[in-house]
Amino acid sequence: MGSLQRAKQGQDVSIVLCGQAGQGVQTVEFLLTRILKLAGYHVFATKEYMSRVRGGLNSTTIRVSNKRVSALINRMDILVALNQGAVAHVAERLSPETVILAEQAVLGDDDGLEPGLFLDLPFTQIASDIGNKIYSNIVAVGAIAGLLGIGLTDVTDYVERFFAKKSREVVEHNVQAARAGYEAAGLLELPEGWKWDIKTDARVKDEVLVNGAEAVGLGALAGGCDFVSSYPMSPSTGVLVFLAQQGKDLGVLAEQAEDEIAAINMAVGAWYAGARAMATTSGGGFALMTEGVSLAGMLETPVVVHIAQRPGPATGLPTRTEQGDLELVLYGGHGDFPRIILAPGTLEQAYAVTQKAFDLADKYQSPVFVLTDEYFVDSYYNLPAFDVSQATVEKHVVKTSRDYRRYEITEDGLSPRGIPGYGDGLVAVDSDEHDEEGHITEDLDVRVTMVDKRLAKGEAIKKEIVPPELVGPEDYRNLVICWGSTYHVVLEGLAELGRDDTAMLHYQQVYPLHVKTADYVRQAGKTVVVESNATGQFRKLIRLHAGVDVDEGLIKYDGLSFAVEDIVEGLGQILS
Amino acid sequence: MATDRFDMGDIDIAWCPGCGNFPILKTLKEALTDLEIDPTQLVMVSGIGQAAKIPQYLKSHFFNGLHGRALPSATAIKAANPTLTVIAESGDGDMYGEGGNHFIHCIRRNPNITNIVHDNMVYGLTKGQASPTSQLGFKTPVQVAGVVLEPFNPLAVAIALNASFVARANAGDREQTREILKRAIAHQGYALVDILQPCVTFNKLNTYQWFKENVYYLDDAHDPADRGAAFARATEEDRLPLGVFYVNPKKSFEENVGVYEEDSRPLYEREVDQAKLASLIDSFKMAI
Repeated sequence: MGSLQRAKQGQDVSIVLCGQAGQGVQTVEFLLTRILKLAGYHVFATKEYMSRVRGGLNSTTIRVSNKRVSALINRMDILVALNQGAVAHVAERLSPETVILAEQAVLGDDDGLEPGLFLDLPFTQIASDIGNKIYSNIVAVGAIAGLLGIGLTDVTDYVERFFAKKSREVVEHNVQAARAGYEAAGLLELPEGWKWDIKTDARVKDEVLVNGAEAVGLGALAGGCDFVSSYPMSPSTGVLVFLAQQGKDLGVLAEQAEDEIAAINMAVGAWYAGARAMATTSGGGFALMTEGVSLAGMLETPVVVHIAQRPGPATGLPTRTEQGDLELVLYGGHGDFPRIILAPGTLEQAYAVTQKAFDLADKYQSPVFVLTDEYFVDSYYNLPAFDVSQATVEKHVVKTSRDYRRYEITEDGLSPRGIPGYGDGLVAVDSDEHDEEGHITEDLDVRVTMVDKRLAKGEAIKKEIVPPELVGPEDYRNLVICWGSTYHVVLEGLAELGRDDTAMLHYQQVYPLHVKTADYVRQAGKTVVVESNATGQFRKLIRLHAGVDVDEGLIKYDGLSFAVEDIVEGLGQILS
Repeated sequence: MATDRFDMGDIDIAWCPGCGNFPILKTLKEALTDLEIDPTQLVMVSGIGQAAKIPQYLKSHFFNGLHGRALPSATAIKAANPTLTVIAESGDGDMYGEGGNHFIHCIRRNPNITNIVHDNMVYGLTKGQASPTSQLGFKTPVQVAGVVLEPFNPLAVAIALNASFVARANAGDREQTREILKRAIAHQGYALVDILQPCVTFNKLNTYQWFKENVYYLDDAHDPADRGAAFARATEEDRLPLGVFYVNPKKSFEENVGVYEEDSRPLYEREVDQAKLASLIDSFKMAI
């Protein structure tokens, strides 16, 4: 049963919260998702927001369901408009079936809403009656929970816990606000036919609720990350914040660098001295890092960089999403050297591939990139807890002897990696072309030997490529190829289309490209790459590295993620 | 003085005959020998330029990184393994020009490293252009009418940033330079040693003779704890003072970062704490 059908049966509800930055949309999202999850509902949330601290309009989409939900949908079953202009902000997503919850007193003329076309719920009035209009967000939390028919104690218990560290009065007022909102919702007259009675799933309570930034951060910790150096840049900052806060107990040295150039040069230096370092950034910051990436290539020092993409060029749309930096990450850094690019599509993959990134970087002494985007890092859903039993780090480091040579020529190009202070040898690394001892050279024969040595590692890397995941019929006629964050929207879109002749092929490692790619493409009658950029960067990569042409591209570059409906409509046309 | 443990033997050195880098190399080896530093516990970090080749000619671990980027890498190396002695050494163009932003923030960060800057007031490897410390009016093939940019004053900047240790030396005076270097390396915290040095090929203005005539040593009357006095001395221009201008003991970056509070082991000796990670993951279940 698709989500649309479940929606019609009241089992898949989409709630959109819209309001000004700094006015609590995030708080409502935070509380609601947790209350829902703890009550046993499957939940998904993602946001779109403006690049400003106060004002503007932001929205959060929360899906609640009896089945797993992990993708953005445009459909709005309930719109909670917290500020003037909120309805207009999401007007394109409105349908006659959307139930709008708003406060008559705060809606402006520009929303074009006549009384009677929305449910008037006086959030601020109720809050003021309790003692302060600051509680209006909690009134909204209670009201939405009430509409969905969630148990009142599930709401009040969590609100009480959430504010537990505040004064007794604040706790009591917030609980009152939640209860008052809940009760006010019970008195609303819902349009005919709308009744939500979502079933819970007992498994959910014991699952985790994380977003993409947290999944990347946890994966890094599982990979033994003990050093992070970064310059804050939306939308990648969440990973830095996570590692700075949560990593404290796990021994992570987190440093805010003066710029991205310092960040990458710190990360490379840290690996050289035996740490397992990561930098996290976005496209513009990565552009600054590229000389340092090339340094890692030359020194054969491992390094891991997480890049959360946002639309460019230049500053672009700082808080929006895009998959437009694949080619930057593929080519960033002068000269020839091997690299690995991972692009998780699910939270499980984000945890697993980020952990793996550290092992691959260490093992192949090469830069490894984890490529996500704003939509991915800012989206939450519940899933079974990550497995820590695999978090055993094999350190590919040797104790050096007196005759140690950092760049000793070996068959596979991999020289045993020593670190300073561990053993009797000296570890010399040089950004100039160097000999086996790491000393500068202009011997051109040595130059050729060293280039060949570095590139030989690329061949070794190809033996360990994460294979793409084929979902759907193995004898597909149509093949929909995607990578990174579009995993769930494509999967759900295909489920809605309900075609038994079409499969999805998702890549969580986009470079080097898996060797079977050409076979997958050739087997299909029609192939499409779905990606969020204007020029079809992955489609071009497939042409270049698999030597096959993909027939069509479904692209989007307006700064918003694909929603399931975009996939249904776009693929529906292409595959008709 | 015998400096065997740091000597490379008979190697090809890429510096011009008479270059000021030679006495600096010799003096540094002597200072390290005097301090009984073990080459296997020493990491030389440098950028790019003629001065930045110094790690190639001194037996130790080394990280010869990018132009201007020695300080971030050196900071991280020391932070990843505080048991190592870390020296970041390059020229004035590298440290004060290309790496100017890192110079500022490294001082603020205060890692326990020594920052040695060969200051010859000219670009050598790129053949004779102005450096950040070139004097006003200095003519080069690029600055054809003479330098018009105000010379960068690294000491005054470092003192303004409340650096932990600030000194200037003269490459031509090995005795005094060795003693200054020894104090800098032994200092706990970031230590800047700007070493005035002639470039015999491209700087015909600031020669060995010029430096001899235009410098003097701070005497005992100067109190290195007095920041105001240190700043005043650092801004003198007629004759350049030499010696230790400013000493400001404070906690180093490694002492401040937290990861060594309960565990003194360098990062490479540590393992993932699975129980703590599992507990962190469990916290996302949000159960009471």
